[in-house]
Parts: sequence; C-alpha cells; structure tokens
Amino acid sequence: MSSDMTGAGATRSASHFVASVEDAPIDSVDAVKLDEKPSNLWIDAWRDLRTRPMFWISLGLILLILTVALLPTLFTQTDPRACDLANSLAGPGPGAPLGYTKQGCDIYSRIIDGTSTSLSVGLIVILLTTVTGVLFGALAGFFGGFVDTVFMRLGDIFFSIPYILAAVVIMSVFSENRNIVVIALAIGVFAWPTTARVLRSEVLRVKNADYIMAAEATGLSKMGILLKHVLPNSIAPVIVVTTLSLGAAITAEATLSFLGVGLPPQDYMSWGNEISAAQRDLRTDPQTLIYPSIALTLTVLSFILLGEALRDALDPKARALR
Amino acid sequence: MNLRKLGLAGIALAAAGTLALSGCAGGGGSTPSAGTGDTSAIILTNGSEPQNPLIPTATNEVGGGKILDAIFAGLVSYGADGSPVNDMAESIETTDSQNYTIKVKQGEKFSNGEEVNADSFINAWQDGALLSNGRLNSYFFEDIEGFSYDVDSPLTGLAKVDDYTFTVALSKPRSDFPLALGYSAYYPLPAAAFENGKVTDAFGENPIGNGPYKLASEGAWQHNVKIDLVTNPDYNGVRKAQNGGLTITFYATGDAAYADLLAGNVDVIDQIPDANYATFETDLEGRAINQPAAVFQSFTIPSDASAYSDPSAFQHWVGEEGKLRRQALSMAINREQITDVIFEGTRTPAKDFTSPTIAGWSDSLKGESVLEYNPDEAKKLWAQADAISPFTGSFQISYNADGGHQGWVDAVTNSVSNTLGIQASGNPIPTFAEARTQITGKTIKTAFRTGWQADYPSLFNFLGPLYATNASSNDGEYSNPAFDSLLNEGAATADLGAANEKFQEAQEILLQDLPAIPLWYSNVTGGYAAGVNNVQFGWNSVPLYYEITKG
Amino acid sequence: MLYYIGRRLLQAIPVLLGTTFIIYFMVFAMPGDPLLGLFGDKAPNPALLARLQEQYALDQPFFVQYLNYLGNLVQGNFGISFSGQPVNDILARTFPVTLKLAVIAIFIEMVLALTIGLISGLRKGGIFDATALVVSLLLISVPIFVLCFVGQFFFAVQLGWFSPTVGSDTSFGKLLLPAIVLSLFVVATAIRLTRASVIETANADFVRTAYSKGLSRRRVVPVHILRNSLIPVTTQLGADFGLLIVGATVTEGIFNVPGVGNTLYQAVIRGERPTVVSFVTVMVLLYLVVNILIDLLYAVLDPRIRYVK
Repeated sequence: MSSDMTGAGATRSASHFVASVEDAPIDSVDAVKLDEKPSNLWIDAWRDLRTRPMFWISLGLILLILTVALLPTLFTQTDPRACDLANSLAGPGPGAPLGYTKQGCDIYSRIIDGTSTSLSVGLIVILLTTVTGVLFGALAGFFGGFVDTVFMRLGDIFFSIPYILAAVVIMSVFSENRNIVVIALAIGVFAWPTTARVLRSEVLRVKNADYIMAAEATGLSKMGILLKHVLPNSIAPVIVVTTLSLGAAITAEATLSFLGVGLPPQDYMSWGNEISAAQRDLRTDPQTLIYPSIALTLTVLSFILLGEALRDALDPKARALR
Repeated sequence: MNLRKLGLAGIALAAAGTLALSGCAGGGGSTPSAGTGDTSAIILTNGSEPQNPLIPTATNEVGGGKILDAIFAGLVSYGADGSPVNDMAESIETTDSQNYTIKVKQGEKFSNGEEVNADSFINAWQDGALLSNGRLNSYFFEDIEGFSYDVDSPLTGLAKVDDYTFTVALSKPRSDFPLALGYSAYYPLPAAAFENGKVTDAFGENPIGNGPYKLASEGAWQHNVKIDLVTNPDYNGVRKAQNGGLTITFYATGDAAYADLLAGNVDVIDQIPDANYATFETDLEGRAINQPAAVFQSFTIPSDASAYSDPSAFQHWVGEEGKLRRQALSMAINREQITDVIFEGTRTPAKDFTSPTIAGWSDSLKGESVLEYNPDEAKKLWAQADAISPFTGSFQISYNADGGHQGWVDAVTNSVSNTLGIQASGNPIPTFAEARTQITGKTIKTAFRTGWQADYPSLFNFLGPLYATNASSNDGEYSNPAFDSLLNEGAATADLGAANEKFQEAQEILLQDLPAIPLWYSNVTGGYAAGVNNVQFGWNSVPLYYEITKG
Repeated sequence: MLYYIGRRLLQAIPVLLGTTFIIYFMVFAMPGDPLLGLFGDKAPNPALLARLQEQYALDQPFFVQYLNYLGNLVQGNFGISFSGQPVNDILARTFPVTLKLAVIAIFIEMVLALTIGLISGLRKGGIFDATALVVSLLLISVPIFVLCFVGQFFFAVQLGWFSPTVGSDTSFGKLLLPAIVLSLFVVATAIRLTRASVIETANADFVRTAYSKGLSRRRVVPVHILRNSLIPVTTQLGADFGLLIVGATVTEGIFNVPGVGNTLYQAVIRGERPTVVSFVTVMVLLYLVVNILIDLLYAVLDPRIRYVK
C-alpha cells in the first residue's frame, strides 16, 4: 500500500546499527538500574516539577481562581444584578471597589460572579479540543495512509465551516436550554482541527527520529511506541496551543454573547459578557473593559505558566540543561 | 408652490403647522441661498449596499431608498420638515378623498430622454402591485381599486385621461393619500425599464430616473463599494442640485463611516456609531446633527393572549388586571434617565405613539402622564393588579441580538425590576428573521421589541398599520372598536387638521390600553466636514443632499 | 509528487460534498424564515410571502433544494442572492480582496512570530522573553474590536499614519492597517509555538553536534535551529490563513473592507443559502490548497518527511 504521509519509514533503506548482544551484554546494561527505584517519564517530570517555583506560583493562582469560581460569596456579598442607572460609570466607592458599569452594576462583584462561567466554558472547551485533537492528530500522523486521509479531511470539513454560522445554528437549536456545556460544545466542535493538525505535524517529525527507530527495534508494539515515545515527545506544541486556547475560548464566549447566541444573560454572568458590553464605552470609560480583561489575562497567564513548567519537565533534554 | 383645491388644502395646513413647530423658515420648495459653494463639487457621503435591485417598488430599506430618492422624483417631494410640495405633479385634486385626479407636469424627462407622463406612473404602479412580480412594496397600492394580495389583478382604479392626466380611485376614502405620494414606491418609471410588461432586474442594476441626480455611467454601482451619481441637468423640479454630484460609499459599520468623517474622507454622514454617542458632538465642533426622527420605539405585550401558542405567558397582561399592569410597567421606566445615560441624548423620550417630526404631533395628549416615570404610582397600580390576581413568573423583553438592542433592554428591565420588585430581564433572539418569525407566528412567549419608521409624514402611518384591528403590522393582536372607528373617521376627513384631531383622540385610547409601551423617538444623528455648507436633514433622517454645497 | 498532489485534489471532492451538505443543512436548520427579515418591522402579506418563497425555491423540501444547488454548482453556477445578483459575481468581487488582506496579514504574522519567537526561545527566561509573554497574553485577552478601534482611532484618525478605511481602493497601503490588526489578533499562538519549538530544537542532538563541529552561532541559528522549528509554526500559519479568510468579519466591517468576512456574515444573518454555501465552498477549496502546500512544505523543512512516489 502506498501511503500518503507515512514519510521515510516505509521506504527507508539505510539500516540502523544496533549493537549485538555480545558487544553489550544485557546484564551489564540492566545492572545499572537494579538498585534504582522504578522510574518513568511522568515520575521524572514530577520530581522535576516540584523544584520549580514557577510551577508553584501558577498552581497557587489557579487554586485561587478555582476558589473564586466555586465560592464567590467568600469574595463579595454585593448582588451583581442590583444595577441602578444612577450609578452609571461611577468611580470606586463603598461596596464597589472597582466602580460601576454603564448599567450601574458593581464591576467587582460581576467579575467575581462571572468567574465560574468563564472558567468552566474555557476548561470544557480545551478538554474537548485537546482530547479530540490529540486522538485524531496522533493517529493520523503516526499511522498515516488511510487513517490520516480520513481524519485530516474530516478536520478540514469542520475547520472550514464558518464558526459564526455553526454557533448561531447550534445555539438556536438549543435556544430553550442553553447551558455551559452546550456553549462549550458549540465552540469546541469547530476548534479541534487546529490542535489535531499541529500535533500531527509534530508526530510526523518525531516518528522519524532515531530513538523511535530504536524503540521499534526493541520490538515494542506500534501503540506502545506511540504512547510511550512519540506522544510525550510531540506534545509540547499541543500544550502551547491548549493553554492559549483557554483564553481564546473565554473570549469566544464573549463573541457569542455579543451575537445574542451566548448564555442567557439573566441566568449567567461571564467575563465575556462584561467585555462585550463595555466595548461601547471604550473611548470614554475604558476601565469597564479593562477590569474583566485583567481577570481573563491573569487566568490565561497562570495556565500558560503551568503549561510551560509542565512542558519543560516533560522534556528530558531541557531538564538536563538546568 | 402650487397647492390646489381641497385635497391639498389639508396638506398646506399641515405644512404650516409643522413650520411653526420646528421654527424653521422656508417651505419645502425654496432652496436655501446661504453658502457659496462650487456647483460642480461632488458630495461624498455614506450609505449601505442596496439589498435589492434599484427598482422603486422592490426597495424597502434605507440603503437602496437613499439612492432611489436621489435619482427619482415622485409626484410630490418633502421639505426638511416633511411638508409636501408638488414635484412631478402639476396638480392633485379630489373632492371626496377617494377619487383623485393627478396632472403630471409637462416637459419633464427621464435621463434617457423619455418624457415623464401619465403612463410612466400607471405602468410603474401596475408593475409594483402585481402579486406575481413579488415586489416588497406592493402593499402601498392596497388601497387602490382592483388591488389583490391573493391573485394577479390589475389596478382597475388607475385610468389614463390624457397623456399627462390620470385618475386614481381608492377602495375607501383616504385623506392622506397625496401625502404618501412622495414615497419611493410611487415613483414613475420609463418605458425602457420594462420588458414583456415587467420591470427587469437589469434595469435595477443601471436604473434610469427623473430625479436631481443620475448614475454617472453604466455600471456606476460598484457593489459593496460605492455608487457614483452626477447632477441630472434635465431635472427641473423643486430639488435642483446645488452641487455636481453625489458619491455614496457603502459602509458595513457606522464606525468606519465615522472614522472617515474625522479623517476628512467623507463630507456628510447620517449615522453616528453608538460607541461615539458620548463624544461626537465635541469631536465635530458644531458640525453634529442630533434631532428627533420619524422613528418610534416601543415594546409590545400581546393584547389578545388566545392568539398565541402559549396563552398562559400573557395571562397577567389582559383584561382589567393587564391594563393596570401595563400602566404600572410604563410608569416604572425612567425614560429620561435611560435616553440620557444609555443613549447619551440621542433618543427623545416618547410622549405619544407617533413622532415629533410629523405634523399634528402633540406632547400633551390626555393620559400622557402614563409615560412619565412615577415609581410610587407604578407600585400602587401594580399592587391593585396583584389584588385581582397575584403576579407569577418574571417579565422579559425579547429582542433581536443582531440589532444592538441589549443596552437599552437591560436598562429598561433593570428599571422595572428596581421599581416593581419583580424579576425582569432581556431575552435575546439571535437574528432578526427569527425574531420576526416568532412574532408573526405567534410562538413568542414574552413581550417583544417593536419599532416603526414612517414611510411618509403622517400620523395615520404610525397608527393604522400597527393598532387597527387585523392591520398588517398589528403584532400584538390589539383590537378596540372605538379606536378603529376614530381612525376611520380621521382617514375619511378631507381636512388634515381635523383628521389629526381624530387621530389624537384615537391615541388617547391607546394611552389607556397601552397595546405597546412607548419608549422614545430615535434621533437622527449625523455630522459633516468643515467646508461643507447647507447640511439639513429631511424628516426621514436622510440629508437633503441636493442643497449641500462645498468648497 | 505530482501523484501526491493529484490524490490530494481528488480527496477534495468528498470534503467539498461533506462541507456543502453540512452547511446547507445548517442554514436550512436555522430557525426563522429568512424572507420575513426582508420586510423589516412590517409584516408581509401571506400571499406575497408565498410568492417570494416560490421565487427563491424556499418552499421545496431540503433534499430537492440541496440537489438543485449541487446540480447548478457542477455547472459552475453558484446561484442568485436575495439582492438579485449572481453569487458568482459576488465571489469574484470579494475573494481577491480578502485573499490579499489575508496574505499581507499572514506575512506580518510570520515575520513577527519568527523574530519574537526565536529571540524568546534562545534567551528563555530573559527580559525579552517575559515581555513577549505579557504582550502576547494581552493580545489574546483583548477582543478584536478593541484592537480595531485603537488602530483606527489612534493610528489612523489622530496620528494620520494610515488610512482609516479601505473602501474602493484595495491597495497595499490601504490594507496595511487592517492587516496589522488581524495579524496581531492571531500572532500570539504563533509566537508561543515558535518559542516552544526553538527551545526544543536548541536542545536537540544535531544542534549540539553543529556547535561542536565548530559552526558559528550565525549559521546554527538560522540553518539548524530555525529551520527545524518551523513545522508546527507553519501548520499554525496555515490554520490562521483559513481563519483570516472567514473570520475577518469584525475587522472588515470596522475598516470597511469589501471582502468575504463581511458579506458572509450578512448572508448568514439573513439566511441566504446559496450565498453562504457558495462562499464556504470556495473557502474550503482555498483552505485545502493551502493545506496541500503546507504538507509539501513539511518535506522541504524536514528532509526526513518524504512523499511516496
């Protein structure tokens, strides 16, 4: 079968030199590891991770954001829905540390209350896109041929459907019961091909590396090689795309709200909603837009830093250099 | 000005009334003498891509309407205050408000050299009214005898007397018919527009008109980009252009047009984007326009619950209880504050169901106080209604999310919620088409946004189509025989001043029943560049381009 | 190679069929009667509405409509829009403009991503790296309309460096500002990807080998590190290209670019099936071609990836 993207593997003629058993006796290789604790990539990564301050800082931030999302009443007692036009765009005052929105609502309590919606949408979206994207991208890149063709062309179909159209349709169909999962689905279903393509390209590159050849030579199964060697070595760009997608997903929810196909405003509060409502006052009162944007930036930042730390910890070569 | 006989006497009266109201000098016919501009200068302005071929009866939106008004001239045209003046008409006469004799001015020409005569009008109207032609504006001919919505049927009420005279027989008396004749649906068309008796789409691509301007050349309409118009030297009507032409650039958003005005790339714009409401009057240093327009905004709570798929959604809004609640709701809305804060003064709080730009408008109708913010009275009325049957559920206003309505809907529902202590919120519907489908299909379960822009400057146009029993745009299924009969009396009254009195009486019934809760009148907002003179906006929110000079 | 391209082009057929079907179905499933929207706040007479439905063939069942559309499509006829214009003309008018805009934007994105990403990656943890992180984060968190506004109001209107709108003149100079805004909107991911890739490549054995061979930094960085880091970035640029063609709605609106994004959004909102489906069809074609080019680029960037036959 002539495959389309399998690359060199199928036709490669150069033979690789594997030392013969006589030259490297098995027991002398194994002997080194006999008195060491069993280890693998993930345990190594954890050992490395816990020594990194960036890891702890980002983790702390994420925990803080999670607490705000789960227990908003710890942070504010003001009713975010109590709005009075008399307070429109007023500056900070008692009970309103960040001032008021155009509608005369307390900015601070609205940001606090919006945390759980925005964070949930973001997390579900990246979960969805990462799982689908990694599955399709890894299989397509690794096995090539027919699998690659089908998965990637499927990705093309999803990618080329205008996102706005799809969202309007999905959200309209669910107009009676829009919730966080539905909106995350509407955003995520059309975003996974990017992750898949990025991972696939990296897998294509990695699977020709010498250590993969070596693993093949040891007789490891195809799936084993994919999971143990190819994936960990090609996951770095996925982490980058994923952590940034979190922010993009949260802003996408804003765009959907702006188009009227977001979460019902009477039931949900979100940073995206606040940002899109504030756009009109950009020239005269940018603070109404800046505060929710800061919340969004901080959240994305903490996830990016966590991703960075994780990526470094997963890359044995980068680890060695420290 | 050549107003004659009975039918137009009313209009003359109306015009005088409007003049006094707006304190504006000069009738529709005279052109301002101020400003000494270069008569060959091309005026650059904003517009939007026409959504239909440029055929007068096929265009019902502002993008195409603006171009049609520039390249065509109807029997009458309107001055800045909405006062009608004969344009292509020599005279429009009637004795009974039902049968009109129209004489067309001799010697007027289309830009291809054809003469404007009685046939130009009769043929255009027949084409526009025929069901199978599917013209969006066909309803403008519904009052002419022979008109049918259900089968192809010629307008038997149109009869040619001689080359320049024709008669119109209406199916019922309508005193404001001459007033309507300035609307684009009634424009004449040259014989060149027709092929096999039907106006072709190809004509709509390169229309030939009889107005103050004409297309600069074949293909002057660059789709999605702009249209180039030049002065039509053959036009001899009342709107003779004082400049050399008009280039209308199509903008997808108001932001782009506004940025171009600030950067000096466009001379006049008639739309300020809402992000600049707070700043445009200072940005433009006295070159800003902000005045009420013939646009009425409201929200409607269905009056006849049984007509809807879910009658229980409106159970608290009918009968005596409903009347009390509607009044309470209306008094719970702080219109002054919302127009001030949310709209930065670019809306004017409503005092009735029409518009201040229309002759006969009044801000002191009996019962007008129901439109004033009065939280104490609102709570009292609400409590009275609760005594009849306690309120359950919440109050929502549906709106189309593609129209920028969220800001005021939120403000209105917050105002209601703060005053009456009930849950109130907006309910966005993604597209305009879907909102209209829910409203006309009667599947909607909440109150909904409604608005009306007048086609011609008449009180009747704001009332008849919206609140008469079974009227075409009576979205809330309102029906009140007393209102209907006052409306009919007004429509049949030849004297427009007397007619308006009937219409005002009819409005006082509306203020009691509140089939829709009036909110405010939209203002027309616009601006012009330095060095541009004589910028005046017409009653329909479009600048009177022919008057503008520059250089 | 030719065989490979031929195969890929053949694969485009099922993708096109699948996409047109899904799109057509989606627009069909959109709640609301598109024709009602044509009448504004005025309710049309039922007979007139029925007449119009017949005229636009909206009264037919879904499959009849879809097959009719496909039949015309095969003959190169994309249908007629509600405004009575052939969709072919609209396509021919809008696509070149958007394509031009997207190419300029992608070029700017590429230059920014590679320069900033490379420096950040090589000087990981430094001041430049940290600044680049914060700036790209801000770009991610700021909605595009804010970028558009700042660009248009400050740089075009107040400073006069650019033209605030594009309009009829779609020259390079006029498209530059919207292209910069668009590239800023998508550049953050590309920067981070380049950086991650560079960090990884810089630690690779062949880079150490290159240094140990005594090659200078000036040679190792562009030839060994940069070239080997390009694969994920190239993929991302390809995806961004697709995004820019269809997703430039807001930007095209604010800068008045007579392109695809704007027209498509209006058509979606108005429920114009032939226009929407035709636009998407052409977009898919473009997107497929770009992806084939990118897959071919992989082989150029990494000689170990080869195309059979």
